Amino acid sequence: MSSGSGYLQIHDVVKDFGSGSIAVNHVGLDIAKGEIFALLGPSGCGKTTLLRMLAGFETPTSGRIVLDGQDLAGLPPYLRPINMMFQSYALFPHLSVWDNIAFGLRRDGLPRAQVAERVEAMLKLVQLGKFGKRKPHQLSGGQQQRVALARSLAKRPQLLLLDEPLGALDKKLREETQVELVNIIHEVGVTCVMVTHDQDEAMTMASRIAVMSEGHILQVGTPGEIYETPASRFVADFIGNVNLMDGKVVVDEPDSVEVECAACRHHVGHGITGTLGMPVTVAVRPEKIRLSVSRPDGSTNVVQGTVRDKSYFGRFTLYHLVLPGGQVLTVSETNVERHREDAPEAGQAAWATWSPTSQVVLTQ
Amino acid sequence: MSRPLVASLFERLRSFPVHRHGRAAVIGIPYAWLLVFFLLPFLIILKISVSEMETVRFKDLLELKDGLVTLTINVGHYVSIFQDDLYVRTYVASLKYAAVTTAWCLFIGYPFAYFMARAKAAHQPALLMLVMLPFWTSFLLRVYAWKGLLMEGGWVARILVALGVDHLLVKADLVPALGKFMNTPFSLVIGMVYTYLPFMVLPLYATLVKMDLRLLEAAADLGATPWVGFWKITVPLSKAGIIAGSMLVFIPCIGEFVIPELLGGPRTLMIGRVLWDEFFSNNDWPMASSVAAVVILLIIVPLTIFNRYQAEATEARR
Repeated sequence: MSSGSGYLQIHDVVKDFGSGSIAVNHVGLDIAKGEIFALLGPSGCGKTTLLRMLAGFETPTSGRIVLDGQDLAGLPPYLRPINMMFQSYALFPHLSVWDNIAFGLRRDGLPRAQVAERVEAMLKLVQLGKFGKRKPHQLSGGQQQRVALARSLAKRPQLLLLDEPLGALDKKLREETQVELVNIIHEVGVTCVMVTHDQDEAMTMASRIAVMSEGHILQVGTPGEIYETPASRFVADFIGNVNLMDGKVVVDEPDSVEVECAACRHHVGHGITGTLGMPVTVAVRPEKIRLSVSRPDGSTNVVQGTVRDKSYFGRFTLYHLVLPGGQVLTVSETNVERHREDAPEAGQAAWATWSPTSQVVLTQ
Repeated sequence: MSRPLVASLFERLRSFPVHRHGRAAVIGIPYAWLLVFFLLPFLIILKISVSEMETVRFKDLLELKDGLVTLTINVGHYVSIFQDDLYVRTYVASLKYAAVTTAWCLFIGYPFAYFMARAKAAHQPALLMLVMLPFWTSFLLRVYAWKGLLMEGGWVARILVALGVDHLLVKADLVPALGKFMNTPFSLVIGMVYTYLPFMVLPLYATLVKMDLRLLEAAADLGATPWVGFWKITVPLSKAGIIAGSMLVFIPCIGEFVIPELLGGPRTLMIGRVLWDEFFSNNDWPMASSVAAVVILLIIVPLTIFNRYQAEATEARR
């Protein structure tokens, strides 16, 4: 998996806590300089263990971690040129904001004037200039998050680690902070590895994402690649909402395939590496499906069902369509117009259709 | 006892109108207890301390004679306390022994509490039990046992001699002669440290066990070695425990009577002994009461500092 040319190289790392399951199982990654890289996965998938191995809090059972050509093996956390922003921040409660940010600089024995200069610059960077004298408990959650960021950036680390960086914030603040955080990281230009279980957070912040499950990396790619061309059922299902339909390949052309499923016949506009009759899963995202009351043209990529429920979200309307086989299809229609004339109502029969370029055929 | 504490209690009472009476009763009982068994006796002592003796009984402070009400307050005893070298020296000695005991308890108790708090969670109840185990035997018996251990031929004494510790102690003028440990400042401090150590360990353990260990990871991440992390993070965050433990040791040590009686000697006169002598040997109750009142003042000063710190700490936590 790892080609060995990245700024941060993770070579075949294994962490076995000896409790039966292996936390991190033969993981290899190459992360480029200046990249924001997200480790995404459900809790217990090993992403935090991997991050803690980068920070030096855990030692890999086997494998190597190399940062900028330097093998980190045997280097304790306090000697690594890596700083971490902890989940729920771990700010020192007995120290002021100023002293929290200065903590790492003082450990390096920087002269007093230089410490002051750097702390002031950090406070300015996170827009907390007036809050230096406050204690962490006198700040709001969002402000604490910015202090934690300033503290982890103050030493100008070669690698910044973010552990669930926005997990402790409420939803609205989280959305605002995502962008702000990315801007600050880009401004500083630091290479960053973040851990999150929140796919929105990974999608909006990261340049590349590694999806992890049970200690393995399932797929690495840009947010677009992960979302539009998931490599497996797990990735398709974990990232965003998806309709999965099991079927069999019935027509296999070089640039298109047809898949026969219980409810409908799919015409997919891309070739697959597979054979005729092979069992596959077709994935269609809810926003790529159109609903109409009248039957659309064509015989493929069309299915009729009954609208079980309809939820209006303002920006879009979510439908659940029950297909003849009993399967439920989720459809999300963007509300482009204010009042659509032919929008189906709950209890009504409706046709769902999608274009040949909107599905993905999953073979695993 | 402390104004902020009382004030905040009443504030809380006011903010819970529904349960006001029930709460007042619950809080009122300990206050009533303190009033009857601490404040009233203290006021009586205070009154006796400014009274004059009239052969076998005290004169009343207020007297009605020839149509005149006369209030007689005799501060002579207080004056003599500060003029008589014996009292001043004994107070200083009491404070000194209390301080030395507190320092040793902290020095021994901190690592003790630290490793207890960092031990496996499954082992902690057992370790806690071991700290409290001595309380199952009478304190008097345990102090008495030290006599046997420290006297000539006692096995602790033999070990100390074998290790050559007595040479050091003689040099430091803590024991009069080689091999003689009993009835010296050394045996007194051993007895007091031994007795009061659990009172230091328990509050320290309570604060250390609550500490968020991620803070130490954060410190390490920012370049602090474990040693620096201990001094910059662990110790400041256990300040409340250090102060609570020190108060629990220091305050009772000032007035300690039994341990100096059993393990101390002629050189370790402490204020508890002087108090006893004034009450029961000299039968000079006004003098004894004055001595007692000054002891209480000596104790209240550190207690007030402690309470103020506590109030600040709770304020900070809000």
